[in-house]
Amino acid sequence: MEELDVEPPLTLIPGVDSNRKQMCFAWGPGEMLVYETLFPKEHAEKRPGCPNIFIVRKDQDVYSQTLRKLFNESHGIFIGLQRSEEELAGKSRKAQLVRVSKNYRSVIRACMEEMHQLAISTRDPELHCQHSTQVSILSAMELIWNLCEILFVEVAPAGHLLLHLLDWVRLHVCDVDSMVREVLSCEYPSKHKDFWNAVDIFVLQGRMDDARHLLSKEASANPTSMGMCKILDDLMKKMPILTIGNTQTLTEMELKWQHWHEECQRYLQDGTFASNPHMESICKILLGDENAILEKKELMTTWYHFLVTRLVYSHPTVKPVELRFYAQSSMDLFLGGESSPEPLDSILMAAFEFEIHQVIKECSIALSNWWFVAHLTDLLDHCKLLQSHNLYFGSNMREFLLLEYASGLFSHHSLWQLGVDYFDHCPEYGKVYLELHIERIPLNTEQKALKVLRICEQRQMHEQVRSICKIMAMKAVRNNRLGSALSWSIRAKDAAFATLISDRFLKDYCERGSFSDLDLIDNLGPSMLLSDRLTFLGKYREFHRLYGEKRFSEAAKLLLMLMTARIAPCSFWMTLLIDALPLLEQKEVIFSAEQTYELMRCLEDLTAGKTDNQKFQVDDFEITKVEILRLALARNLARAIVKEGTLEGS
Amino acid sequence: MEDFSAKFVSQKISKTRWRPVPAAALQPPELFATGSWDNEENKISVWSVGDFGSLGPNGEYQGEPQLLCDIRHHGDVMDMQFFDQERIVAASSTGSVTIFRHHQNNQTLSVNQRWERAHYHVDPDTPFYGGASCTGVICNNPEIVTVGEDGRINLFRADHREAVRTIENADSSTLHAVTFLRTTEILTVNSIGQLKIWDFRQQRNEPSQIFSLTGDRIPLHCVDRHPNQQHIVATGGQDGMLSIWDVRQGSMPVSLLNAHEAEMWEVHFHPSNPDHLFTCSEDGSLWHWDTSTDVSEKPSFFHQGGRSTTLLSHTANQSVISAWLSNNPTKDRMEITNLVPNQTLSVNSLDVLGPCLVCGTDAEAIYVNRHLFA
Repeated sequence: MEELDVEPPLTLIPGVDSNRKQMCFAWGPGEMLVYETLFPKEHAEKRPGCPNIFIVRKDQDVYSQTLRKLFNESHGIFIGLQRSEEELAGKSRKAQLVRVSKNYRSVIRACMEEMHQLAISTRDPELHCQHSTQVSILSAMELIWNLCEILFVEVAPAGHLLLHLLDWVRLHVCDVDSMVREVLSCEYPSKHKDFWNAVDIFVLQGRMDDARHLLSKEASANPTSMGMCKILDDLMKKMPILTIGNTQTLTEMELKWQHWHEECQRYLQDGTFASNPHMESICKILLGDENAILEKKELMTTWYHFLVTRLVYSHPTVKPVELRFYAQSSMDLFLGGESSPEPLDSILMAAFEFEIHQVIKECSIALSNWWFVAHLTDLLDHCKLLQSHNLYFGSNMREFLLLEYASGLFSHHSLWQLGVDYFDHCPEYGKVYLELHIERIPLNTEQKALKVLRICEQRQMHEQVRSICKIMAMKAVRNNRLGSALSWSIRAKDAAFATLISDRFLKDYCERGSFSDLDLIDNLGPSMLLSDRLTFLGKYREFHRLYGEKRFSEAAKLLLMLMTARIAPCSFWMTLLIDALPLLEQKEVIFSAEQTYELMRCLEDLTAGKTDNQKFQVDDFEITKVEILRLALARNLARAIVKEGTLEGS
Repeated sequence: MEDFSAKFVSQKISKTRWRPVPAAALQPPELFATGSWDNEENKISVWSVGDFGSLGPNGEYQGEPQLLCDIRHHGDVMDMQFFDQERIVAASSTGSVTIFRHHQNNQTLSVNQRWERAHYHVDPDTPFYGGASCTGVICNNPEIVTVGEDGRINLFRADHREAVRTIENADSSTLHAVTFLRTTEILTVNSIGQLKIWDFRQQRNEPSQIFSLTGDRIPLHCVDRHPNQQHIVATGGQDGMLSIWDVRQGSMPVSLLNAHEAEMWEVHFHPSNPDHLFTCSEDGSLWHWDTSTDVSEKPSFFHQGGRSTTLLSHTANQSVISAWLSNNPTKDRMEITNLVPNQTLSVNSLDVLGPCLVCGTDAEAIYVNRHLFA
């Protein structure tokens, strides 16, 4: 693990010569941009500069393939925990939290296994080193998490506490099994050089049955010591241990233990084991003699193993609050002033002292990624162990850590989706952070944009919905995909954009004389009502269709309605009137007198609207158009009046 | 659901497909392919769920999917289909369509053929052609049909360098998915909620039929055709609605079923048990729709893929009219089950073949269930 550095580490940027040119940088959400400027340093020769921009990332873990599995699986566990029922109280809630904690740990273990496989299978020494370091970091993480689970989540009471600690030590510290396998595979196990080491380590870890099994090999091989072996075996068998589910009370257990302790004392003082130094030292260990236990330092390898062994043989009914004293003294005795405690040691010590905040703080400093502290703090918060320790910028510790972790996820090109859920569960600042981050996700494909939109819609982030839809719609318009643009503006209910698209269609129509994308315009449906211009477009197309189907009177009515109801934009009136021409010139009278009057009024409105300055620019074509229209309208009016004035029949 | 094992694979899965088993074979499929998206380096991977792993308590083979081989893919894998036993066609977000060959003897993948500019946007101002995402691909050996964000439909033939037929500007909006209706007809769905039938025998570039919903133009994302009764088509929309259409009649869906709470990404009829339908969605769930009623009521041959429907007498045929077309499927005791435990992120893709189901999620996990009908 990293130590707290006094000197920050130096990172060389390849290609940039900082002796010749000045460098410049800019901060990003999770990374830094670095590039070479044009400004030379003094006395430097002119040379072509480096044309590249470099991205410097601090958090490499996020890009590790194996650790990605850790992030994803733990995300599932995190969500499950947040959603789990709060109403469960007491024992069932505790059991649930312990289960969650074990889940997290099994995920860490699985990741460790895989990383280990990668380390042994790779041939590249640098990769091997990298993977091995990662394995040790993960194993340290699991060690710390397991201890926190025992002390803070499980909150084991006196008696059970020691059993859990014993399991913890057996699981994590020193590799006993390979040594034992070697010893047992030999033909005469008791002659093996590691035989007594194996027995010792079993005793140190409180594994009495295994120790007795090995001892029996010695008894059968060496008849002279059979008597001593039998006594020792007997002592080991009779050692009182508290098993989970046992209904003994602590006081009963203490009494029995006291009894047993005195018996061992008697055997030692009688000199029963005097002839065999190995067995004598075992007896001393059973009596909890610190020096005897300390002699086996190399076997135990760590001070916390020493601590647990001490407790097993001197204070098996230790209470959680008493742990700190034993822990401190164990560490001092074990390290003996030769070496100073490493970061892992101080974290574990803080845990034994029940200083949760200290544990979290030290872990944050030692680890390069927020994953561990964020999830552990969240779990401890669910155990209601963290007081609302308000940091001076407003949020509590759990939220702060989750926000940091999730922000780190957002700087990854793919893991941003996980980050969203973490922000959801930060009540104070989560929403704001999410709003800021989600706008910066690059949207390469429509599918990705749809996913981001769904996230925003589910959280009522309307601003972001509008802005994303607008971006996608603009892209579509630039690529001439007017249908896609329309579907984006429908999603955002963006009337202004729908107007823009309709204007594009109408412009195309004016230029080419026909509509493009008829499949879209013909099938607008209720979305037509999104904007007036769009409604006009739909209705105008309908007019053309009716005309094509020769339903002239309906077409006429529609045309008139478009103008009188002011749905049509003024710029289009001329076109509409010209469209009315063929209807006016038909053999049968289509427009009634009323309608003709209306049309004439529209024409007058249109021409009157052209002010004086425009009169100069009106070209002949325009004048001709108006004249033709006036003529047609007049002729139609005449015919209409005649037709309406005529009686039917006769 | 107990057999639903999850495997975390460090890449977000966009498509999963079983390798088809030879028609005569009776064993379940053993190999599937996955495509990833949103990675700096996307991959097409081939996995095996064969006979590795230990025997489970009931004697069935259990084991995680094992990675056999993978190959780099440029751009997101937007759609993927097995062309035949050895070749996989993949549609990319860069607008290219690639055929990969899986070499069984040394378990490698290689690029067999690529159409670089299958889909592109044209910018009238600059001569630059920007790639448009190819969103859907369907194969019917030797033909491949692709559709994309540029509204273009391409008909390719394996081993031909150029497209056999291209329908330019087939749609003004994005085409999301394509499937074969008949050998010469395809179905497409687009982002303004239209289902269109295209006939390749006709030379004009117009769809032969257009279907749409009457309400809001909700985009449709996926389409699948009933394996035996070719007039029954199912589509899934952006609002999670499952629509069943009868393409012989009407221009509106026969039934609309409120299904998921978010986009439905894929819909599949089970190829041999078409009473079963599977849908997966952005809301993280995968639903199994089961309209098969008691076996005693329905003749048993219906479950075997209906190969013997021609032997049915006419009256019997009426009674086995597909439950999908009846107006109220729920009346016929349709069972719907959610198959994904602990739903968190979107289930992007699923595939069913025989008794096996595979699906991939945005939580970078693959789920395999080898005992669907147990």
